[in-house]
Amino acid sequence: MRLPCPLCGDRDRREFFYQGAAVTLDRPARDAGDAAWNDYLHNRDNPAGETRDLWHHEAGCGAWIVVHRNTVTHEVYGAELAQKAKA
Amino acid sequence: MVKLIAKSPCMGLLPKTIGAVDLTEVEPALITLIAPFAGQTKAVSAALKDALGVSFPAPNRAVGTGARAVWVGMGQALLMGANCPDLKGAACIDQSDAWAIVRIDGVDTSAVLARLTPLDVRDSQFKRGHTARTLVGHMTASITRLGVHSFEVMVMRSMAGTLVHELEQAAENMAARATA
Repeated sequence: MRLPCPLCGDRDRREFFYQGAAVTLDRPARDAGDAAWNDYLHNRDNPAGETRDLWHHEAGCGAWIVVHRNTVTHEVYGAELAQKAKA
Repeated sequence: MVKLIAKSPCMGLLPKTIGAVDLTEVEPALITLIAPFAGQTKAVSAALKDALGVSFPAPNRAVGTGARAVWVGMGQALLMGANCPDLKGAACIDQSDAWAIVRIDGVDTSAVLARLTPLDVRDSQFKRGHTARTLVGHMTASITRLGVHSFEVMVMRSMAGTLVHELEQAAENMAARATA
């Protein structure tokens, strides 16, 4: 698998560390309540199909990126820098 | 008073010639990491250009010949071979003793590197002035193309021995294929 780093271009999967679903970018407000925070911290969907994941280009430029891909077809649609991504 | 002996990272390991590949150590007198603060990249680049004639490199690029600036990650570049000017908008860190730098010359260099890194180092993809952060074996490294048959590989100083070993092994394997 090759991932399209927005800075480095297409790179081998070995250069990346997988963090998990990009929902972590969508942090609830401080006073959002227990239910919202419980959901944010512990509950993840496990979709067969399109996902948005956080990856760290640890052996490359060091950027955190959001990769949009499909877990069924293994197609990678694109990636953007996490600092610019909207949750 | 204790007499301290300065040792280069690859002292006793290089230079070496294996088949069609020459390995030599590169020792720029000074290496400074420059990391512009948020929104300051343009100003820092202009200040560098004024002082040394090199600008802050774009991602995956290396610029300059005497004083060189090599991109080494998001928002970071190494200034090599020159005193770092006083840059207001950037963090500047002396890393002169932090890096082991090996220059690889010879017609087989691309083939040797191709054995060690997932990066596409072919001429058509990775040209002179291109640089990349990638893996060499299991080490994170910075690879820069200096010429048609010439590359520079940088790793953290503590991994100098491993880098030389990996390059030697790959070069020996290439040489063995040539004579087989």
